[in-house]
Amino acid sequence: MKDKTIKLLNKKGLRLDGRKLDELRSVKLEVGILPNADGSAYVEHGKNKIIVGVFGPREMHPKHLQRADRMVLRCRYHMAPFSVPERKSPAPSRRENELSKVIRDSLLPSLFVENYPRTGVDLYIEVLQADGGTRCASITAASLALADAGLPMRDIVVACAAGKVNGKIALDLMDTEDKLGDADVPVAYMPNLNAITLLQMDGKLSTKEFEEAVKMAIEGCKKISNIQKEALQTKYKVIKQEEVEE
Amino acid sequence: MSSLLTRVKLKQIEQSIEKGQRLDQRTLSDYRDFKIEQGVIEKAEGSARILLGKTEILVGVKIETGKPFPDTPDNGVLTVNAELVPLASAKFEPGPPGEQAIELARIVDRGIRESGAIDTAKLCIASGKKVFVVFVDIYVLNHDGNLIDAAALAAVSALINAKMPNYEIVDDKIVIKQGYTPLQMKDHPVTVTIGKINDKLLVDPGLVEEEVMDSRISMAFTEDGNVCAVQKGGAGYFTLEQIIEATKLAQSTVESLRKKLKW
Repeated sequence: MKDKTIKLLNKKGLRLDGRKLDELRSVKLEVGILPNADGSAYVEHGKNKIIVGVFGPREMHPKHLQRADRMVLRCRYHMAPFSVPERKSPAPSRRENELSKVIRDSLLPSLFVENYPRTGVDLYIEVLQADGGTRCASITAASLALADAGLPMRDIVVACAAGKVNGKIALDLMDTEDKLGDADVPVAYMPNLNAITLLQMDGKLSTKEFEEAVKMAIEGCKKISNIQKEALQTKYKVIKQEEVEE
Repeated sequence: MSSLLTRVKLKQIEQSIEKGQRLDQRTLSDYRDFKIEQGVIEKAEGSARILLGKTEILVGVKIETGKPFPDTPDNGVLTVNAELVPLASAKFEPGPPGEQAIELARIVDRGIRESGAIDTAKLCIASGKKVFVVFVDIYVLNHDGNLIDAAALAAVSALINAKMPNYEIVDDKIVIKQGYTPLQMKDHPVTVTIGKINDKLLVDPGLVEEEVMDSRISMAFTEDGNVCAVQKGGAGYFTLEQIIEATKLAQSTVESLRKKLKW
């Protein structure tokens, strides 16, 4: 099924977009971009463009979904019809349903859900353009949006994938590498707690390669984590300056 | 988990796991006994029923002709669907598959697909026009924990049991002939799920343990011992060291399961 004849690495060991094996795509993060949301973030990870909005904590509707002892996090990962080469039907696919669930599971360990009984937080992820690794970029942005909403957190969750292309373990696969490569291992991570909150894999790897990929993905996470913190600080730096001017 | 009694019970389980003891006297690395029966539904091309503890799952395989996906015109189609039938648990409700059912189906799907168990190129009849579609339908009949492993085992058993209709092409038309040939399989993936309760890893979590555990990891292995699919689930986390430990635990469990399965 997978065409092994296509070369994903050139003679110098560089990838299709000129990256080294352990090199990330460029990551740009911006916080607080939606005026109506309680928290929001925008991420450009390579060609991925994703916008995330958070509403809440607010009263949970419908009421029967309320939990007397905790907050309920609802998460919707959705791809725009124009985000991929062939138009995607706007109805949620099985893939989107699964991703909504694993993204929610990846963010929950960072939140103090028991501090907000009977409330709900809605997290909406819209993928405007997809180029491989959207679940990771979504998590990176979603956690920032939650922080922007003012929710206390154990750590900011950051995500990055590693995989295998042409027999070599490589960081942060883009769409073509993901489709034609041998394996993809997305990882979400809380750097301060050394906690892996999302881990998936498809493809074929030996247990040793699998370990190597997880470790490489964690290194990628740590790098993106710094960009996250900068993005969050930038928003508040701007506000501070405005106050000084007044 | 709303009543006080259950909370007390859950706390007890948590404490005994801490000491390495489980409710049903298993050790942390013990797998429950299971029984697989093949060919239980005559009208399906393949079928299998598994009993893992009290978890009961029936998997039916139907093979029909259909159109290939536009991006893979030369490949047949494999479709995995899971139904959490409402009679299996008080917590299952009728209606279209929810997140839990979709995740279950997709984990089983990835295990089979990524192991290369089914050579979809062999399921092609006429490039871009007609291919065989293999439908794997997972029917959960009783929920007693670890649906993922049970469904994956039953699905592969049903595929081993499946037979392809014989056909020939006459004037560009497919004529189904009498008789069947077995569906060819190139691998037999085995999936093992490991739960985490208070930093303790336990194999094959039962229903009550699933209520206590904060996260799980499911790993599918091919016959040559490679990992072909992984899924972490639940609202907790694993450390890197725990992932490495879980990988080893899953691998050794798969090896002992294979001895029983004789695949």
